[in-house]
Amino acid sequence: MRHIISILLENEAGALSRVSGLFSARAYNIESLTVAPTEDSSLSRMTIVSVGSDDVIEQITKQLNKLIEVVKVVDLSEAAHVERELMLVKVRATGKEREEMKRIADIFRGRIIDVTESTYVIELTGNNSKLDAFLETIGKALILETVRTGVCGIGRGDRILKV
Amino acid sequence: MVLTGAEIVIRCLQEEKVEFVFGYPGGSVLYIYDAMFKQDQFKHILVRHEQAAVHAADAYSRSSQRVGVAMVTSGPGVTNAVTGIATAYMDSIPLVVITGQVPTAYIGQDAFQECDTVGITRPCVKHNFLVKDVKDLAITIKKAFFLAKSGRPGPVLVDIPKDISNHKYEFEYPKSVSMRSYNPVIKGHTGQIKKALQLLLDAKRPMVYTGGGVILSDAAGKLTKLVKALGFPITNTLMGLGGYPATDKQFVGMLGLHGTYEANMAMQNCDVLLAIGARFDDRVIGNTAHFNEVQRKIIHIDIDPSSISKRVKVDVPIVGNVADVLDDLQKQLDAAEAKSDAKALAAWWTQIEAWRARNCLKYKPNSKVIMPQLVIEKLYQVTGGDAIITSDVGQHQMWAAQYYKFDKPRRWINSGGLGTMGFGLPAAMGAHFANPKATVACVTGEASIQMCIQELSTCKQYRLPIKIINLNNRYLGMVRQWQEMFHGNRYAESYVDALPDFVKLAEAYGHVGMHITKPQDVESAMQQAFTTHKNELVFMDFITDQTANVFPMIAAGKGLSEMILAEDL
Ligand SMILES: Cc1ncc(C[n+]2csc(CCOP(=O)(O)OP(=O)(O)O)c2C)c(N)n1
Repeated sequence: MRHIISILLENEAGALSRVSGLFSARAYNIESLTVAPTEDSSLSRMTIVSVGSDDVIEQITKQLNKLIEVVKVVDLSEAAHVERELMLVKVRATGKEREEMKRIADIFRGRIIDVTESTYVIELTGNNSKLDAFLETIGKALILETVRTGVCGIGRGDRILKV
Repeated sequence: MVLTGAEIVIRCLQEEKVEFVFGYPGGSVLYIYDAMFKQDQFKHILVRHEQAAVHAADAYSRSSQRVGVAMVTSGPGVTNAVTGIATAYMDSIPLVVITGQVPTAYIGQDAFQECDTVGITRPCVKHNFLVKDVKDLAITIKKAFFLAKSGRPGPVLVDIPKDISNHKYEFEYPKSVSMRSYNPVIKGHTGQIKKALQLLLDAKRPMVYTGGGVILSDAAGKLTKLVKALGFPITNTLMGLGGYPATDKQFVGMLGLHGTYEANMAMQNCDVLLAIGARFDDRVIGNTAHFNEVQRKIIHIDIDPSSISKRVKVDVPIVGNVADVLDDLQKQLDAAEAKSDAKALAAWWTQIEAWRARNCLKYKPNSKVIMPQLVIEKLYQVTGGDAIITSDVGQHQMWAAQYYKFDKPRRWINSGGLGTMGFGLPAAMGAHFANPKATVACVTGEASIQMCIQELSTCKQYRLPIKIINLNNRYLGMVRQWQEMFHGNRYAESYVDALPDFVKLAEAYGHVGMHITKPQDVESAMQQAFTTHKNELVFMDFITDQTANVFPMIAAGKGLSEMILAEDL
């Protein structure tokens, strides 16, 4: 099963490599990892998407908690949450495809943030499957370049991850 | 008071009441060694290889409960120390390792003797630090000691660039530390302990299985009291030997790969298992699917939540410090009205005694060739069962664990998790420094001993009266045993050729050497070594049977009750 694990950790040099090192050392899978400081600059918040059986995910959270710099860990997927990912896509936009591109971007609520004679850069946020669907709709032939941030997520309502 | 970084390091070690620092100097730690030179509150022990410094500090800790301290220089000093650090990490031994680093301005430039110490050691330390500002030095060392010994213990490394050890700062040693991200659970959950007690009292075929956590938590006394009150059978892991007196009748021997028949059978067939400070590892449980074929309830007490339900699903997890949880369990037991099921327990013991009657550790006596088991039996007799025994890794290690009966904790010192050949001799040094009055013997093999043989020189310098019991079978015995059993007798590279004359070698280092070839000489030679040469290091080279194998044995992938016994062959 796919899980979204949120981690609050000390914003210290080396903390990221402790987490990523743990995943490789114990052969846990990482689909995506994002990290940035929080409103409290002494803390970073990391979101890891991992796939594993319940037993493996339980070990992952326990092992993460064991890292000295990790302050809190929650498995967001255990309850209601929202997840988002940001993607920038550079597409070929010439001739009749130029109009079509704009239309598809609108349908997916994407924004064109850079324009040249032959290309657009489209910005899109959403969950994984929305971004995947967008790419599929455009088709490989027209995609010049993509970059995705990886998933970040947050619990709904009263579920708050804070120290 | 304003001090240099080097002086701060020394003052911190003094504040921590460190007695010994095991180390080896080099360029990046020169300021620290210089500051050390000017003090005499603790002693520095100069080893001959950094691996030995860490092993010695490690065994100092294992045999004393105090934090061991090692100090090495950057680059090769660190890489040499890694084997020692990983060894301590696998067995959860509290160490503080101080390493020199190239000056901060040189870091990342491939400077002379630079290595990414924090990166190289990250997977084999509980935590590590690179000190980038002298202001942080004292608090970092304070944290290092705190982390090393609290919670599940382990090695903590502090990497100090050379310039930092020469910068000045006002010194004040912090009285305490608290870290918001680190709060190990000490007390067990009362409700869980209650559930556990109920299961124990309802058990028909109970079993207690304990590991290194009991030793680390100094809970042997509490464990013994509880188990005696319950009247249950108990087994110890290789790391847990001495946690319960081996000569007591409730002790059924070590379990696992080379455990006794009765211990493994009882473990497999029990209906309630109380696991304490042990982690169901592969060398203990063998095949987990086979283990799970029998229905049983498992209670697991451990300070590390990640050890619980890692390899085997547990019914009643109790996270907490073993000593504290045992206290609470004992209190609840004392207050309980219910008693354990005496009739069921009697029947269970009858079954266990039948297993015990197989006498799985018996071996064929030999009047011509020294049997390795005999050497350990004699060692046990001659030392009155009261020595600190360190060991290397191989068959000799298993025989020592099987035939030397440890009645007290911290007497059996071996590399259980990493299985590091070369551990034994430096470990004996560390154990001696922690227990100068104790008899310390190192049980080793002719291959293992050569992995840290240079320490004979350290032993001479500090006049360490260690007794080396070399079970010399001219083979990488444990490797040969596997090749015999699973690789069609093809002894690929397991014959130990071109052996040195160990007597001459010992003498060359200024020690006493003995060469023993006949079974009838084993005891008298030992008497001589342990009495006549009490205050000297004696290297006893026992020429032992080359074909002896360790039994019982669970073959790779097999289950606990699928042992191969000596009698089967
Ligand atoms: C550093 C290291 N390298 C390799 C091994 C693999 N190994 C395990 S036991 C063993 C043989 C040990 O031989 P010896 O010390 O003579 O002991 P014996 O088994 O003969 O008693 C080897 C090579 C190890 N445990 N440690």
